[in-house]
Amino acid sequence: MARTISTRRKVIVSAIAWLIGLTLFFPILWTFLTSFKTEGTAIAMPPRFLFFDWTLENYQTVQTRSNYFRHFSNSVITAVGSTIIGLIIAIPAAWAMAFSPTKRTKDVLLWMLSTKMLPAVGVLVPIYLIFRDLRLLDTHIGLIIVLTMINLPIIVWMLYTYFKEIPVDILEASRMDGASLRQEIIYVLTPMAIPGIASTMLLNIILAWNEAFWTLNLTTTRAAPLTAFIASYSSPEGLFWAKLSAASTLAIAPILIMGWFSQKQLVRGLTFGAVK
Amino acid sequence: MGSISLQNVSKNFGGVTVIPDISLEIEDGQFVVFVGPSGCGKSTLLRLIAGLEDVSGGVIQIDGQDMTRTAPAQRKLSMVFQSYALYPHMSVRGNIAFPLKMEGADKETIDKAVNNAASILNLTDYLDRKPRQLSGGQRQRVAIGRAIVRQPKAFLFDEPLSNLDAALRVNMRLEISELHKKLKTTMVYVTHDQVEAMTMADKIVVLNAGNIEQYGTPLELYTKPANRFVAGFIGSPRMNFIEGDEAKKMGAHTVGVRPEHLSPSKTEGLWAGTVGVAEHLGSDTFLYVHVDDVGQITVRASGDVAFHSGETVYMTPMDGRLYKFDAQGQAI
Repeated sequence: MARTISTRRKVIVSAIAWLIGLTLFFPILWTFLTSFKTEGTAIAMPPRFLFFDWTLENYQTVQTRSNYFRHFSNSVITAVGSTIIGLIIAIPAAWAMAFSPTKRTKDVLLWMLSTKMLPAVGVLVPIYLIFRDLRLLDTHIGLIIVLTMINLPIIVWMLYTYFKEIPVDILEASRMDGASLRQEIIYVLTPMAIPGIASTMLLNIILAWNEAFWTLNLTTTRAAPLTAFIASYSSPEGLFWAKLSAASTLAIAPILIMGWFSQKQLVRGLTFGAVK
Repeated sequence: MGSISLQNVSKNFGGVTVIPDISLEIEDGQFVVFVGPSGCGKSTLLRLIAGLEDVSGGVIQIDGQDMTRTAPAQRKLSMVFQSYALYPHMSVRGNIAFPLKMEGADKETIDKAVNNAASILNLTDYLDRKPRQLSGGQRQRVAIGRAIVRQPKAFLFDEPLSNLDAALRVNMRLEISELHKKLKTTMVYVTHDQVEAMTMADKIVVLNAGNIEQYGTPLELYTKPANRFVAGFIGSPRMNFIEGDEAKKMGAHTVGVRPEHLSPSKTEGLWAGTVGVAEHLGSDTFLYVHVDDVGQITVRASGDVAFHSGETVYMTPMDGRLYKFDAQGQAI
């Protein structure tokens, strides 16, 4: 028998869910609204919610002052670049661990994950010095390397769990059917793993896009992505809330739009294997 | 064409020996069944022949050629898996055509072979469906179709019917037997079901703990079991084993007699006992009899015999149907 839930209970639960959802969404909404205010309205007390003179002035200022598109393209290059390199390294690694595991495979997986537990600031100085000596500071390559490194454990883990879900029998069947390793990968494994690879890719682009610690510390101008673009509005000339909000909106918009369109894929990918 | 020869083949997984040392000759065109209890190494042996596992020692020859270190794709064998292992993203047509595509056959050849296989297996109406839209029996037929299109040297079946329900299993059993008669290709078939083994095989390999207990035709195994293990494994219901003084009187450590080789009587016989349970199936009657100093004895009488729980029954083994085993379990 299905559980019966009273209408009263439904209303209360829905109200709580909406409250939590709106609370989480409010800062983004507020940033978005503030970006259309003048600096004066932005700090007005009591705060104005919807009834103010809407203006695009902040966006113009932001673009002329700090060249949004250069930062945007830097973000795209580093996020996509690190994701592609990460996948190229992680696919064979996860493949080997899922389909030909050894006694130490679990240990290797945990060891990789443990690197994520290290506080990044603990290795900031050595990495900064290495980057300085190798002339990688403020370069795309340098940033791609660092983003690949920090996200690789997550990519390997995610792919490993997807590959684990593919029945070995099917791969063995393709071997019996005369498929070479290359054919097995192209015709059997990849089509079956595509949902997993796609959601790993999406999540990793989001993580790389939002990464702020290393991107802020290892870049200045040439390779600076959108995180640095936002940060540049936070202090040097005093706080300009409206311009900071416009910069933030511009920085998070692409990833928000991408996330919105791919949310079905993302949820499916992240819960893949949890319920068979 | 498709003879398979195993010479001193062994297999260890880590420190565990699954197959200590097996030698076996399978002649071309034979239907050979590996049978044994679970964990006896029968599937491992099949996977060694397939090349999906590497041997730890010994030589595997297929068609007279050494294939011990050859990759599965080059052994020209086809395998049908217990889980069917169909490619979920391909249609039935795509699944059956896959081995030919891998060989690089042209489109015309592929179409002809796929249509031919589909008509043999009654799959013509389902060619454009995906595996998930098929029933268990249909999936198994697709798996068989995929195996037959490339005309392999031998077919390997790994418990192909164990996921099917009882009625379908009997049907598929017949279909596979008919397929063998039609194709006359070597088939190696793994099962834990001795009825499947007895009904389908030209020759049966009885395996126990990674060793071959006996290799022979179904009737040889039934009438001349080499040891107590084979005697107990082949035949249903199981053979009765009698040990102790009663066996010593007959000059053996253990005496075995099959339930269908005991004649029950109400008046006289070698052993007397009390009927515990009587199962009346119409065609047969099974009596589970308790005999003092001997233990439980199963009797299978043909037709409906008027014995009931609590009655006394006398049983006599038929002439020449008594099996004697020594202390090591070997037939005397």
